[in-house]
Amino acid sequence: MAEAEFIKGNEAIAMGAIEAGCRFYFGYPITPQNDIPEYMSRHLPDVGGTFIQAESEIASINMLLGASSTGARAMTSSSSPGISLKQEGISYMCGSQIPGVIVNMSRSGPGLGGIDPSQGDYFQATRGGGHGDYRTIVLAPHSVQENYDLTMKAFDLADKYRNPVLILGDALLGQMKEPIRRRKYRKKEFPKDWTMTGAKGREKRLIKSLYLSEGELTDHNWMLNKKYQSMKREIMFETQFMEGAKLVVVAFGSVARILKSTVQMARDRGMKVGLFRPITLFPFPYAALDKISHSIKNFMALELNTGQMLEDLKLSVGHKKNQVDFYGRPPGSIPSPDELFNEIKKIYKKRIG
Amino acid sequence: MYFDCIIAGFGGQGVMLMGNILAYAAMAEKKKATYMPVYGVEMRGGTANCTVVVSDGEIGSPIIQRPMTAIVMNLPSLEKFGPRVKKGGLLVVNASLVPEKEVQFKGIKCLMIPSRDLALEVGNERLANMVVLGATVRKSGVVDLKSLKKALYPALDRRYHKMIDVNIKAMERGARFVTEGV
Repeated sequence: MAEAEFIKGNEAIAMGAIEAGCRFYFGYPITPQNDIPEYMSRHLPDVGGTFIQAESEIASINMLLGASSTGARAMTSSSSPGISLKQEGISYMCGSQIPGVIVNMSRSGPGLGGIDPSQGDYFQATRGGGHGDYRTIVLAPHSVQENYDLTMKAFDLADKYRNPVLILGDALLGQMKEPIRRRKYRKKEFPKDWTMTGAKGREKRLIKSLYLSEGELTDHNWMLNKKYQSMKREIMFETQFMEGAKLVVVAFGSVARILKSTVQMARDRGMKVGLFRPITLFPFPYAALDKISHSIKNFMALELNTGQMLEDLKLSVGHKKNQVDFYGRPPGSIPSPDELFNEIKKIYKKRIG
Repeated sequence: MYFDCIIAGFGGQGVMLMGNILAYAAMAEKKKATYMPVYGVEMRGGTANCTVVVSDGEIGSPIIQRPMTAIVMNLPSLEKFGPRVKKGGLLVVNASLVPEKEVQFKGIKCLMIPSRDLALEVGNERLANMVVLGATVRKSGVVDLKSLKKALYPALDRRYHKMIDVNIKAMERGARFVTEGV
């Protein structure tokens, strides 16, 4: 196994991208993700890649669209307000079935908000975000190692489904340093019979998202929908302490990471609390949670917002006689394991006694 | 084995470097470690702090409300983090900037380090952070002093490697202060 290296979260994303064959990066600076373009600008030229600091977020997403349409592996990264600006481009990429990796190390909103960790972009990330009926795969790492591993995976998923893949993190995951182990990336080959590579000696190809003939767009949308449905096979989640659990706390990303300490505290005090952490936010692990709800009736969502993933949790287990509780912490400060413990204790007392 | 620690001071005292070195030292001992810098709109001369967690097993939260250990390099940091140290925990105080009368806490161990004097002894007052780090490691036993010294290599940029010897001396001086009391 490779020696452990001590790496900043943002840098792990950039490292994973380059190792997965990303050769084009386009971005515009914004806190708290600037270590990603910084790393890319330093290391992409060494591998024959291209780094461009674009004139805006809108330019960078459209550069990503262009680079990816040639079949190259390409990435852009930004943070919440910048990701909002990219939504038009993401919609076009989905409509035209162009892959690409987009990193959102989100900050807080609405508007310019602040730079604290936040999970306020959950709806935007999981419901499409731009105009039209589309979805992107959304991966939510909770450690520096996962930043690295999931970025590699994001490139494979993007190519496999010819669809943008979003990595959703925040300042905690971007600024934290942890030991990680690099691994050898095994490139998977995907059909590239659609790419724009010059039509000399072959039939011309067309990549577009405009469908004006009668019925054409309807069919296109149903085809895309079928594709989004088929992404269910990529669902990933992690569970801890589920055995004999009476209350399942559900969280993703930075909060899930903090909760790992909290759940340990709860178990140490004899409280039967389990942890469910969705790693793919789209597709969301509805079925896995539903299955759990056959034996456990109490659920609690914890998020750095006023209740977004909560809705997906309710869609999973909100039927029958299950209880779904919530603790939200809108951006401004990060809750400590002790604070989360107190919130869980309240619910545990109320529901279990 | 589990250890957590908040290191705080003002910008320029080298508290972020202290955290990095501690984490590298833990890694050298095949332990898990997280380093979390304070994240805010900070500027030079403002306050800076970071949290380091070291463990044999998987580390949950990299953020700690009530640390087992706190290192405070100035008075504002003492006021903010001193009261947060867990019962039975350790508070390491930069005695060169924090008067002893300010350090009044019950139920925790307080270690006053005259960091500036000791740093001057080994050559440069800017080594005060390494003196305090050496003292903390000796007192807490979180890592071996040897690992701490070794950690200077990966933690420091190559252009500063010529300073490693004097940094090691500063760590040793801090550690000796803990064992010998002078």
